This record gives sequence, structure tokens and C-alpha cells, in this order.
Amino acid sequence: MRKIAIYGKGGIGKSTTTQNTVAGLAEFGRKVMVVGCDPKADSTRLLLGGLSQKSVLDTLREEGEDVELDDIRKKGYGDSWCVESGGPEPGVGCAGRGIITSINMLESLGAYEESEGLDYAFYDVLGDVVCGGFAMPIRDGKAEEIYIVVSGEMMAMYAANNICKGITKFAQSGGVRLGGLICNSRAVDNEADMIEELARKLGTKMIYFVPRHNDVQRAEINRKTVIEWKPEVEQADAYRGLAKAIDENKNMVIPTPLEIEELEKLLMDYGLMEA
Amino acid sequence: MLLRHTPVEITERKALTINPAKTCQPIGAMYAALGIHGCLPHSHGSQGCCAYHRSTLTRHYKEPVSASTSSFTEGASVFGGSANMLQAINNIFTVYNPEVIAVHTTCLSETIGDDLPQIKKKAQLEGKVPDGKYVISASTPSYAGSHVTGFSSMVTSMAGMAESTGKKNGKVNIIPGWVEPADMEEIKRLAGLVGVKSIVFPDTSGVLNGPLSGEYKMFPDGGTTVAELKATGDANATLALGDWCSGEAARYLDKAHKVPCQVLDMPFGLKATDRFIDALRTVAGVTVSDEVALERGQLVDLITDMHQYLYKKKVAIFGDPDQLIAMTDFLVSLDMEPIHIVTGTPGKKFEKRIKEITNEMGRPVNVKARGDMFLLHQWIKQEPVDLLIGNTYGKYIARDEDLPFVRWGFPILDRQGHQYFPTVGYKGGLRLLEKILGELMDRKDRDDSESQFELVL
Repeated sequence: MRKIAIYGKGGIGKSTTTQNTVAGLAEFGRKVMVVGCDPKADSTRLLLGGLSQKSVLDTLREEGEDVELDDIRKKGYGDSWCVESGGPEPGVGCAGRGIITSINMLESLGAYEESEGLDYAFYDVLGDVVCGGFAMPIRDGKAEEIYIVVSGEMMAMYAANNICKGITKFAQSGGVRLGGLICNSRAVDNEADMIEELARKLGTKMIYFVPRHNDVQRAEINRKTVIEWKPEVEQADAYRGLAKAIDENKNMVIPTPLEIEELEKLLMDYGLMEA
Repeated sequence: MLLRHTPVEITERKALTINPAKTCQPIGAMYAALGIHGCLPHSHGSQGCCAYHRSTLTRHYKEPVSASTSSFTEGASVFGGSANMLQAINNIFTVYNPEVIAVHTTCLSETIGDDLPQIKKKAQLEGKVPDGKYVISASTPSYAGSHVTGFSSMVTSMAGMAESTGKKNGKVNIIPGWVEPADMEEIKRLAGLVGVKSIVFPDTSGVLNGPLSGEYKMFPDGGTTVAELKATGDANATLALGDWCSGEAARYLDKAHKVPCQVLDMPFGLKATDRFIDALRTVAGVTVSDEVALERGQLVDLITDMHQYLYKKKVAIFGDPDQLIAMTDFLVSLDMEPIHIVTGTPGKKFEKRIKEITNEMGRPVNVKARGDMFLLHQWIKQEPVDLLIGNTYGKYIARDEDLPFVRWGFPILDRQGHQYFPTVGYKGGLRLLEKILGELMDRKDRDDSESQFELVL
């Protein structure tokens, strides 16, 4: 089983990209579990056709520690397993601890056992790696591959670089590696070239460029992944392509994060080319 | 009447525990770690945790308990405790030079998400762990489980030191669970009597029941050695005594090193000791010696002689799951009636197991995992008992309800002897009976009228 964590700046499209990719993987027969590590519990909405799932932590709070696996995971599109870690409301408690608790619980309930026959486990992690809890998915023995969703916008690239710093720290003593950057296009000037260059500087590759298309939004309104909503549209093929790129990716590295000046220079070189 | 506010009527409580029947995870982890020879337990958190855990152990065992701490400050809580831990490892090996540092976490370090395995690796890479020395670790947040969970986690980490050379060493691993140092000694003696070469881990005998010799040893002579822990991977079999305390470690050895395991009850009382001896006999392929048969016969004799005083006596007991399961089994086999049973440790399977054991009594039994002493007291008020068995915290209930009270379990803070005289095995069964009968008969002598007062009982 490959365990993959998806990181990236808040609002960059991690959950959308993850779910659409999972739909692609499921379409060519891979058995996938998605673990949403976001207190908002919206990482599996498209696979499940709505925000209907009870989160691990809600279940824990209501039913105590005697929880069973079927209480906390639901079947989504293409027989994928969907789990939402959940967490406290904004401004209270500790969301980071919530992630530690729910991943521990999934392990002790045997969600990752060989008998479950999983090909992939995806962790969809909230925003930046802000505290120890959000690094739980990349601790030793958890996710071994990280993909960072990024766009050509400064702050997204800045966040990607920051996440790489986190990965470097964990990679020194553990098995976690960066699998690559996924560019979720914002239609910025020279975006693909710029992200490819960023990837090169980080010591990795841009494994896929997801073009911007309104079909993503339309599918979301229908609470579906693009592949489920209209399998024939172009954007569905884009996600199939990303799924294939991940499935075939063997390029795992310890990233080399950039200094901030270097990052800004990159933006100047590419972003201002036309001006 | 210190507990005079306890009402007889039981009202539903969800978010309130009164007088808990459990304590902190790290206390269990620390006790287990002390069962390794030359081990310094280390508490990864703020200083107060460590001080509390040490003093709780000292109050029970009446021995000094050394342990170090990462001494978290405001800064460590914000930036993570990795720097403190690395510094601590360096200091400890430089100053105290133990064979093993056994690190357990605390609520704070767990909540901020410190990843001990990662910090450990970093310490190794930076050369802070000298050759031939070890750092093991267990995750022990006190907001989950209980002291029993912490004990079990540290014992599992000890099993993590096992190595397999591919050649069996003919020994049997015995994981005794959280029992007294004297119990561990007795378990070793029994295994020896049956003719089994054993590795007992953890083993606090000689550590927490040591002599006063005038010379202070930071690391006493007792404890399972690193070499023995490594050799557990080559053992022929593992006997885990008590599923809660020892099951996980035994299953780990089975999975990681193909050492087949059996999970038994803790050998308290006749039947559980029978099962333990039988398991020893079977894994070693030997016949049970006459000496063991003699000890068993003595216990059976005393049970038979005194049966009339035990028959249908109602008992309330509280403590930890493994101990309670074995004790309930023992009481039922004596024709006593354990009718109120509480553990603070969570786990529904506990209730199920107790129900199975007490089924033959043919009467309803109150049992609760994740319960508290307040509930136990209410049950006693609703249906009074003839005897209370549990740790020192039971003395308040015993006093208010005027109950005979046998101190047994952890912690015992106000009576002595538990470190030195075992309650496991047949000999231990005799001692349990002696204590139970002593309490019951003292009560009889106190309450009998002048015409009933007997010289011979």
C-alpha cells in the first residue's frame, strides 16, 4: 500500500484535487482510502455526494472510546473508503491533537491492515504544517509520499517551500519523501514554467499540471467528482492523467527548500516576463 | 462519615467522575521501566508530571524512584520538546550512565505532537546515544486509557528490544503484568519449580523491594537485563499474564519474531494458577513436580477447611482489569459472591468477561469499566456487602459503611508487606485467603454476642 499525504496552502484546491484524483485511481481499479485531516470535515464531500459523514472525533465524543471501524468510515465513489478526522469548531480546542487521535484510532482499529486490501491511503491535510499535530501524517511509518498542491501565486509557492522545510526535517530521520508538485492552475502568467522551475530548485518535479476549468466548479455544485459527474469532459481526462502520474511516479526525494530571496527572484524572473 | 454526601439513589452521570478508580498513564510506564536493569525512566513533559509520578510510586513501594524529565517551559510548549529531549539524552548518558533510558510522554508533549521515535532517531544520528546503550519510548497521554494502558505501552516498547538470531534459546518469556515485586519473584520461583527456563519482563523484584544496606544504588541489582530483553526474540514461547497489561507485548513478539504466545489470566487464586502452571508445563513439555503439587494441595486444604466462613459472603472489589478478573474468578471458586465490581480503566470486554465468570452464581452482578468509587459506594449502599477488596482509596468507604477491608492492588499507601509477600501462585493464594479470613473472623469476633463468642473457629 502506498500512503500519500497531500499538503498545500489553504484554498489551493487540495481536497478537490485529491478527490478527483482518487476518482481517477478508483476508475482504473485501485482500492483507496481517503483520510480527511481538516477540522472542517469537507475532504470527502465529492466522493460521498454530500457532507453526510460523521467524523472520527464526533464519534469519539459521542460514543466514547468503544468505536468500531464501520462507525467512522463510509463507502464513496468507486468503492473508496472515506474517513473524516473532524475536529473542534474554529477558535476552541486543539485541532492538531485531533489528527493525532484519529490517525491513532484508525491504526488501532486496523484500517490499514493488509486484510483491507488497500492500494492507497490518502491524507488530505489542512493548510500549512502549522503544528506537531498536522505533521502526524508524515511521521515515520505513516505517509511515505508527499505531494504539494501549488499554483503560480506567490503565497502558494511560499507555502509549498515552507512545507518542504517540514518534510526535510522528518525525512532526515524517517522514510518520508517528496513525490512532487501538482500545479493546480490559477491561470497565472508562465505558470507551468514557473512551477517547473520551482520544482527543479526544490529537487523534485512538477508531476502534473491541472488546467483551470469551470467543470470542476460545476461538478462540485453537483457534489460529485468530475469523473463521476461527466466522465467524458476534458477535465475528467486531466484528473485521469494526474491519477496515472501519481500511480507511475517513482521519483521520491528529500527536498531542498529555497531561501526567501531565491523564491522572490523566481517570481520576478517568470511572473514579470511579459511586463 | 467522610463520604456522607454519597446518595443511595444512582442518577445518570456522563461528564463527571468522582473518586476515580484509575490514575495517570505515565505512572504505569514508569513502573514498567523500573523493571529493566539499569534503566532510568524519563518523563517527556513539564516537571510537575514527573514529580507526581515518582512520588506516587514511592508512596506505594517505599523505595526511592529515580526518573528524569525534559523540563518543558513555555518555550518548549511552543517550539516542540525535541531540543529538550536531545539535551536530556546527552545529559543522562553523561551524568548517570544508565543502560537504557525509557522515555514516556505526558499530556503536554502528546498534545503539541512531539514525535518520540523521530527524536530518538535524531539523537542516534547525532551520536548522543553511546554504543551498547538504548533509548526506548512509549506514548502515554493520560487523557486516554489509564495507568494500565501506560504500563502496557511501555512493556510493548520493551518487547521492541527483542532480536531474533534465528536460533531458539529454549526459554519461555513470561510477561507478569503489573504485579508487586514479590509477585514477580514468585512467578520466577514457580517457573523454576516447574523446570522452565524463563525470561520475566518487566521484573521489579530487587528494584522496588530492595534491602537497606547503607549504600545507595541509583540502579539496583534487579531488573530484566538488556541481554535478556534481546533474547526474548529467540524464546520458544511467550506467556502473557493478563490481557490488559501484557497481551499487546506478547502479540508483538508473536508478530515480529514468530514467538508463539498465550494470553492467560494473572495467576491469582487456585484456578488461574492452575492454568498458568498447566501452560508452563505444556510449553516446556515437562511433568509438574511434587513440590508444586504440595503447594496446590495446601491451598485446596485451607479452602476446604474454611469453606463455611466463605460461603455466600458478598464482596465488593475495585482495581485494575487483569487483577479483578483473576480475583473474581478466585472468589467465585470459593463460593463467595463478588457482586459489585468496578475498574476505572475503559474497555467493554472487561464487563463481558466478569459477567461470564460470575454467571454461575446465578444472580445479578454490578460491573462497570470506566467506573468510579462513587458508583461502587452507591452500589454498596443499595446492596450491602460483607467484605471490600481494593487499594487504599477504599478505606473511606470501608470506614463509612463499617466494612471489613482487604487492601490489595495499587496503590497501597497505608499498610506494609505487599512488596515482600506475594499474592500470586498457590502460596499467594494462601496469603490472600489468610487476609480475607482474618478480616471476616475479626468481624465475627467483634460482632458475636457473648453466648456465641467462640474460642475455636
